[in-house]
Amino acid sequence: MHLTPSEERILNGEQGYVLQKAMEILAALGDIYDVDRLIPVKSTQIAGVSYKNIGEAGLEWISGLSGKVKVPSVLNPAGLDRVRWRELSISEEFAAKQDEVIRAYESLGILPWCTCTPYEIRTDLAKPGDHLAWSESSAVAYANSVIGARTNREGGPSALAAALIGTTPNYGYHLDRNRLPSIAIRVEGRLSGADYGAFGYIAGAIAGSGVPIFSLESVPTNDERKALGAAMAASGAVALHYIAGTAPLPPTLPRPHLDQDTRDIVERITIEHAEIKEVYQTHQCDPDLIAIGCPHCSAAVLARLRDLLAGKTVTKEFWIFTSGIMRDRHPDLVAGIESSGAKVICDTCMVVSPLCERFRCMMVSSGKALAYVPQMCGSDAVLGSIEDCVRSAVAP
Amino acid sequence: MSTSNSMSTMIAGHPVSKGVASGEILISETPISFLGGIDPNTGEIVEKNHPKKGVSIAGRVFLFPHGKGSTVGSYIIYSLKKNGVAPCAMINLTSETIVAVGAIISDIPLVDRLKEDPFTVFHDGDLVEVDGTRGHVTWK
Repeated sequence: MHLTPSEERILNGEQGYVLQKAMEILAALGDIYDVDRLIPVKSTQIAGVSYKNIGEAGLEWISGLSGKVKVPSVLNPAGLDRVRWRELSISEEFAAKQDEVIRAYESLGILPWCTCTPYEIRTDLAKPGDHLAWSESSAVAYANSVIGARTNREGGPSALAAALIGTTPNYGYHLDRNRLPSIAIRVEGRLSGADYGAFGYIAGAIAGSGVPIFSLESVPTNDERKALGAAMAASGAVALHYIAGTAPLPPTLPRPHLDQDTRDIVERITIEHAEIKEVYQTHQCDPDLIAIGCPHCSAAVLARLRDLLAGKTVTKEFWIFTSGIMRDRHPDLVAGIESSGAKVICDTCMVVSPLCERFRCMMVSSGKALAYVPQMCGSDAVLGSIEDCVRSAVAP
Repeated sequence: MSTSNSMSTMIAGHPVSKGVASGEILISETPISFLGGIDPNTGEIVEKNHPKKGVSIAGRVFLFPHGKGSTVGSYIIYSLKKNGVAPCAMINLTSETIVAVGAIISDIPLVDRLKEDPFTVFHDGDLVEVDGTRGHVTWK
């Protein structure tokens, strides 16, 4: 990889050990993926936050860093709600360690927003065509597919290195040639709400690490595309998808790539509506926890939940995950939801927190949670629409 | 340290993580998941069904094809180093992100893509020096 003279100087340690290590990480990735150069990033989103996942070793490494990030940078969800962890039975010890992790990131100038949906908090973090270094797989899918920005799925240290240097290696989804659709999937029947999570759960396993383009009979909302992308990144490794006829469109390449439409698509598949409905049926258990917000809920979903819960009282634990910023911006929605006895929990989620480990069966509205909960939380999971979730939560 | 008069004892490769260290080779023919596959407190291989289960990689020149599994593996390598049970150096066929990043943040020399097949030329216990700055391995 070609480094500029100033990048070379950083690599040689002229700006200190931390930046040298950061540049070594970027240079090593550049070498591994046969990259020509580093390119500036607009923002970074950094994984490796939940103490449940990174442990003492991760905390120790992050605590040893110094300096300031060069671009706006935010964090992935943590292992707890930073405000109300006590009432949720998180141990003092875990909370203290989690706090150390977040403070260590904060001391580097990173915004302590712990969320998988930073694009719903600040739209200037990712605009069409921007290059990013984001970690969380559903945020990566949304940035690439819905916003039309460009990011690979970064590991924690490589996103942090990009934040400290302000650049990332120019490979993978940063390049037009890797953003062309490789598999065409047609879906029969109209989809809505959680159907997109169920559909993503199937499509991700089929597409693997490919780039699917979908022909749909319905037009998904951004919340539905968020659910679709999240599920495909969990059941597969899909980081970019297209909806036929909807922007952003695949790039057009100059000759000799003019025949891309026929050449790059190696497979065409049809998914029947019944297969999608089957995802709701194949996972069955009697829920003792209802959890919504994987990825974190938007204001629109919070408003929908408030309306559905109006005048009702929950009979089971009903947890709704969103970002702390969203809670602060919409106290009326939060109050409306919580008057039913449901809890709005922030900065964390059912997948990365030890919170959910004591339940036997979780009802979720998300294909991503459906894929991860059994292995990450040790409980069964069942999929339902938001309406199903509310119905189950208030059932006598 | 000298390699000037005996090119036959030096195998050129590709530098991934800087530094120079010497030790005895320990070979894993299969890819390694540091998260779950190596005990960060002892350096022992604990992966189920691994042919060298129970053997420690501490202080060795650890030769394996490449990493696999969770990216948290990078932090496990760092943990091994902090606990004093890290390999002194590593050799890969082709390094991927998890092991490359783990070696860099832990200051463990790492080279890959040697000109000769390391699984043919090296055997457990061979004493070698790994130069991760220049990217070669030399018999001691």
